[in-house]
Amino acid sequence: MKAVVCVKQVAVLGDEVEFRDDERDVDPDYLERALNEWDVVAVEEALRITEAGGGDAGATGADEESEVVVVTVGDQEADEALRRCLAMGAHRAIRVTADGVETADPLTVARLLAAVVAREDPGLVLCGVQSSDAVQAATGVMLAGLLGMACVAVVTKVSYEQAAGRATVHRELEGGLIDVVEVETPAVLTIQTGINEPRYATLRAIKQARLKEIEVVEPDSPAPGAYRVRRMFAPEKGAGAEMLADSAATVAARIAEIVRARLS
Amino acid sequence: MSGTLIVAEHLRGRLRDVTRELVTAAQDFPRPVCVAVIAADPGPLAAEADLRGVDEIVSVRTGGDEFENDVYRYALEALLGQRKPDLVLTGFTVNSMGYAPAVAAKLGLGFASDVFAASLEDGSVIARRAFYGSKVHADVELPARGPVILMLRPTVWAPAEPGGGAAQSELSVEAKPSRARHLSFVEGPQTDVDITSAEFLLSIGRGIGDKENIDRFVRLAAKMGATLSVSRPIVDAGWMPSARQVGQSGKTVKPKVYLAFGISGAVQHLAGMKGSGTIIAINTDPEAAIFAVAHYGAVVDLFAVADELEKLP
Repeated sequence: MKAVVCVKQVAVLGDEVEFRDDERDVDPDYLERALNEWDVVAVEEALRITEAGGGDAGATGADEESEVVVVTVGDQEADEALRRCLAMGAHRAIRVTADGVETADPLTVARLLAAVVAREDPGLVLCGVQSSDAVQAATGVMLAGLLGMACVAVVTKVSYEQAAGRATVHRELEGGLIDVVEVETPAVLTIQTGINEPRYATLRAIKQARLKEIEVVEPDSPAPGAYRVRRMFAPEKGAGAEMLADSAATVAARIAEIVRARLS
Repeated sequence: MSGTLIVAEHLRGRLRDVTRELVTAAQDFPRPVCVAVIAADPGPLAAEADLRGVDEIVSVRTGGDEFENDVYRYALEALLGQRKPDLVLTGFTVNSMGYAPAVAAKLGLGFASDVFAASLEDGSVIARRAFYGSKVHADVELPARGPVILMLRPTVWAPAEPGGGAAQSELSVEAKPSRARHLSFVEGPQTDVDITSAEFLLSIGRGIGDKENIDRFVRLAAKMGATLSVSRPIVDAGWMPSARQVGQSGKTVKPKVYLAFGISGAVQHLAGMKGSGTIIAINTDPEAAIFAVAHYGAVVDLFAVADELEKLP
């Protein structure tokens, strides 16, 4: 059983923001990097599925061919995200080199992933539902479209039956309603937070992950993307938000006053 | 090539509100505005979709009642081939997330999701969406060649009013089974707490930091006469049941007062509470997105405020 997990080293904006001179992105000095929260649970889910022996009845543990391969698209800094996945227990890591993926259109990223995922020929491809910096909720399903694979988006439970070539999954709809779906595999599943509690890597595993080799893939020349950022800007401040004085006691007194007035 | 195609969303035999919102959004784009109803029995849904501003309703008959992503994928591909719309609108919803990106990728179309404003400029669609935790916005330009797909954020546009008189047509699509099949629905756990009927919600999010801090907010809510609600990370961590979750995957609430502690304001959360009468938000991050919808805000340590609220008579 081989699972590929597509992950992203996302950019997190702090309290202040400045834009690049061309106004098409935030000045990178104002961004910090982190492994996307949704991708952490996707890696955890892939590890659990392979550790359970691909879900086959009677299997008691990971078979010899069990493998979790993590793939990312990004610059050298994205290796940090891959190393965190390796420390969690992923077996191999691949990075397709690209700059500026934080705001890249999802089709460009999906195309870069597709070539590597096709080569790996996995039974399952897991992606986070979305990345915290771009919130497209599209890359994983685009990958399925490019590869001609079945897919299910926004998954909160996976029961994989490798031998039967299918998985029964829960799809979380608006309002919390669960749609139980049977999907043929290989398939792309986009994984929603809450599906599991991701493990912490041990210090030893983190050290070992530093020594592992990351395969670096140079992409082919890019095809036209799904969009181009024309201008990025700070949103207008909420017209209404009246900021309360910053001593906790005054804030509390004002809150009590407002609540009393509104509920009376 | 012409017009705007809307893919209607429905669940258990009823048209979903987002479809009405898409019709409103479509009024800024080329006519005709055509709504596609993809269902086993499209008739009643087509009648519901006959809204003001809709020129045509095209029914696509399928094998199953409920959503299956491949069925929608094949239907949208057929509609694109036959109707050749300039623009396709879907909701930024869980169902549409399952097929619209796949169609855009396969056909190499322009695509943008979670779009909350859109316009036409010199023949190109310009879509506005957020990046970096909703702290910045961007206008993205869709390619002028070929049709483009926009997935629009729900609850931004007003729902279109009932109309009547749209032309009705049918499109038959070759029946191919979906590789992802709907088996059943499971309702979320039923509990005795109903956050949707509360007048005063005290809501907590990731900013409370630790499970150990839940109890004090339970007590504070009781003291203030509020019902406790939570944002998604609290449910994901298993600290509170999903019945108390506010947001798109939880409940939509409209209390008189919504008092938020440590909630930064993910888009999905804001969609579930922005209709509240008075929103008060406490967060240490002055750029937190929740301040954009709040009526009152305070950038201050939430535990210090909780301490002070506990002390009040």
